[in-house]
Amino acid sequence: MSETQTVKEPTPPAKESQGSQVIREIMAGNAVISVLAVVVALVIGGILIAVTDPRVTAAAGYFFADPAATLSAIWSSVSEAYGALWRGATYDPTARTWQGQLGIFETLTFATPLILSGLAVTLAFRAGLFNIGAQGQIILGATFAGAVGFGMHLPPAIHLPAVILAGAIGGAIWGGIAGFLKARTGAHEVIVTIMLNYIAISLVLYLLKNQLKDPNSTNPISPQMDGNAVFPLLLGPNFRVHAGLIVAILAVIGVAWLLNRSTLGFEYRAIGANPKAARTAGMLVSRGYITVMLISGALAGLAGVAQIAGTEKSLDSEIAGSIGFDAITVALLGRSKPWGTFFAALLFGAFKAGGTSMAVNADVSIDIVAVVQSLIVLFIAAPPLIRSIFRIKAARREGASA
Amino acid sequence: MSVTANISPSKAVDRVAVRSWKLPILFGLLALFAVVVFVVLGPSGQATFRISQEGDAWQVPDLAVPAKVFGVVVAILCVLLAARAYQQMRNGGRIDNWVSMTFTVAFVVGLLVWIIGGTKTQNITLVGLFTGAMLITTPLVFGSLSGVLCERSGVVNIAIEGQLLAGAFTASLVSSITHNAYAGLFAAAVAGVLVSFLLAAFSIKYVVNQIIVGVVLNVLVSGLTGFLFEKIMKIKVDGATIYNQPAQLPDLPIPLLSQIPVIGPTLFRQSIIGYLMLVLVAGIWFGLFRTRWGLRIRAVGEHPKAADTVGINVNRTRFLNVLAGGAVAGVGGAYFTLVAVSSFSKDMTGGLGFIALAALIFGRWNPIGAALAALLFGVAGNLQSILSLAGTPIDGQFLAMLPYALTILAVSGFVGKSRAPAADGEPYIKG
Repeated sequence: MSETQTVKEPTPPAKESQGSQVIREIMAGNAVISVLAVVVALVIGGILIAVTDPRVTAAAGYFFADPAATLSAIWSSVSEAYGALWRGATYDPTARTWQGQLGIFETLTFATPLILSGLAVTLAFRAGLFNIGAQGQIILGATFAGAVGFGMHLPPAIHLPAVILAGAIGGAIWGGIAGFLKARTGAHEVIVTIMLNYIAISLVLYLLKNQLKDPNSTNPISPQMDGNAVFPLLLGPNFRVHAGLIVAILAVIGVAWLLNRSTLGFEYRAIGANPKAARTAGMLVSRGYITVMLISGALAGLAGVAQIAGTEKSLDSEIAGSIGFDAITVALLGRSKPWGTFFAALLFGAFKAGGTSMAVNADVSIDIVAVVQSLIVLFIAAPPLIRSIFRIKAARREGASA
Repeated sequence: MSVTANISPSKAVDRVAVRSWKLPILFGLLALFAVVVFVVLGPSGQATFRISQEGDAWQVPDLAVPAKVFGVVVAILCVLLAARAYQQMRNGGRIDNWVSMTFTVAFVVGLLVWIIGGTKTQNITLVGLFTGAMLITTPLVFGSLSGVLCERSGVVNIAIEGQLLAGAFTASLVSSITHNAYAGLFAAAVAGVLVSFLLAAFSIKYVVNQIIVGVVLNVLVSGLTGFLFEKIMKIKVDGATIYNQPAQLPDLPIPLLSQIPVIGPTLFRQSIIGYLMLVLVAGIWFGLFRTRWGLRIRAVGEHPKAADTVGINVNRTRFLNVLAGGAVAGVGGAYFTLVAVSSFSKDMTGGLGFIALAALIFGRWNPIGAALAALLFGVAGNLQSILSLAGTPIDGQFLAMLPYALTILAVSGFVGKSRAPAADGEPYIKG
């Protein structure tokens, strides 16, 4: 996990081969495996929903007398839950208000920070680094953005850009610490970013009790963001979709360009594929680690901006929710490609929006979403397992094309 | 002649390469901190430590320390030790262990006196401090021992949090159903093994990256226990949640030993899990460093190819070790619901699995070191909750950061040399 304290060689060669191998595995898988992984995960989730449903257990009591009753109970239990999930995430004709019917916009709202933080993980991953610290970077980004958003009063055209910039800087600092320590001392970024996540939580709790506290509230919560400092709503006051989504889409385009078209991105990919070769080719690997973590942290910081200036409007210790951890699964599901991450974030946003509706309408706890999401990633990360379940033969050219 | 001439310069080069100024610099900064904070900003009050409890075998009077004077002493000691560390590094290229140890102890005690001297109540019961700390330390020790077992054999275990949570949930469920706390304890170990089985199967058999598996398993267990908590544990029969009322493990005080002030209530008035902890720390340390079994495990973790060459089945050893680690962490999880609190609640481990990871690293992948680190983190955590009630010169949140900050310093090489087993995280593919 951690590495020796070496003077000249921050990363021992053994670690490098492993990182590049993981990237190759993640990128080499095909779309079929991804779809099958989602299907298997949903099936297992369905089994869980069915066996914990009292109607199913009641019907199973007389299974041998009337097997059809059990099967229909299972069907209604699972179809109700997943039906509610689907309708909540897309379009629900049964909802009472017309705003409530259009769950698709809630999906987009939830997806916005996931896109940005997923990109953060994706970018670092391509340079061979595991950024487990998106959570802390989101918190720092939101804190910085909030400090500018409610602490300062600027004219309309300047305030929002200032908030966005501050959030990016906050995230970049937190990510940069991990990159700097990795480059200079060889400290493993996984450990450092995990620890920084927890330090960030303590830090924001401290600030919320002191400097950033709303003087009119007894709770550890900040004042509301300035009216000029928030993202405008894209579809009017009835929906929560905000201009952060546009920032997120621009970020996807930007990261795609950075990775595939720019010199810097080429360097990152070279470092991710084989740091030793990159070093031999004259690239500054340590500088690459620092800059990639700065950019990665800035992207996660933007996710924090999307939270505070888009949906939440004020800072509290729960500002990041579970976005930072979901970001890791989003990046893995998106196979560490910018547009893949985008669609994976849409799927997970849909799970979040639909999960709320499922909890309300089908009485199935939203925790099942976490189960399904983690199963998806496990199956995607282990293509041989999915192949053996469905008896798919491994693509012959897989090794060669990677 | 020529041979000696060749050797000596290279030796000198080696020494220069090994010499690291991080520790003297860190000591210097901390000594400066001690001078500024303990002396200049030192509180004028007294820090009173209450040592004895009623019913102890013999009574020890309260220990009252004038905070300011004590701060001056500690600051001088810190400055001297930092100078000594600098001198030793310049002359020999290494710092004696006693210098680092004394510095750490002096600094921590100085900090403690400074914090307590500055609070309004200004006295603290040592028994309360340590018995409260054990509530945090015990699961931390089990979690970090699980990490020791896994990582010494070369499998990174980020899933400690998940193993603890699975143990806590299962212990509560089984103990509630069977009304037998020991059945719950056993079931918790099994639950930990199941989580470990997933970790081992995916990372060893399917060669999925171990960090990914660990991260995902934590989410999986959190989701699964949360889901089952809502679905099963909230079922009410006659107005009571019967599936979340675990029978508790009783305290088993050891005669005589439990009467010793401070140490007695802390170590010898515990449930079976507490004694199991002491046995495991000693046992795993002995096993790893003094037996053939331990040598094999360390060989697998450091150089799997060499181990394979001499006929050790690398992946089988790793699989068994990861399973054993799961059982240990599962028992640690049971502590939450069978000893510490009387029912399960969602995500009740609250990140302790990651502090256990920190303790493992800070304790340098050594069972005893990890246990001591867990004790330090436990005291810091408990101090934080004690002090949150009293106005203190230092905010509790900074104490909460301490384990994480220390771990970052440890992995960056500022605090000793915290080095993972060489093949930690490396899948082993034969051939």
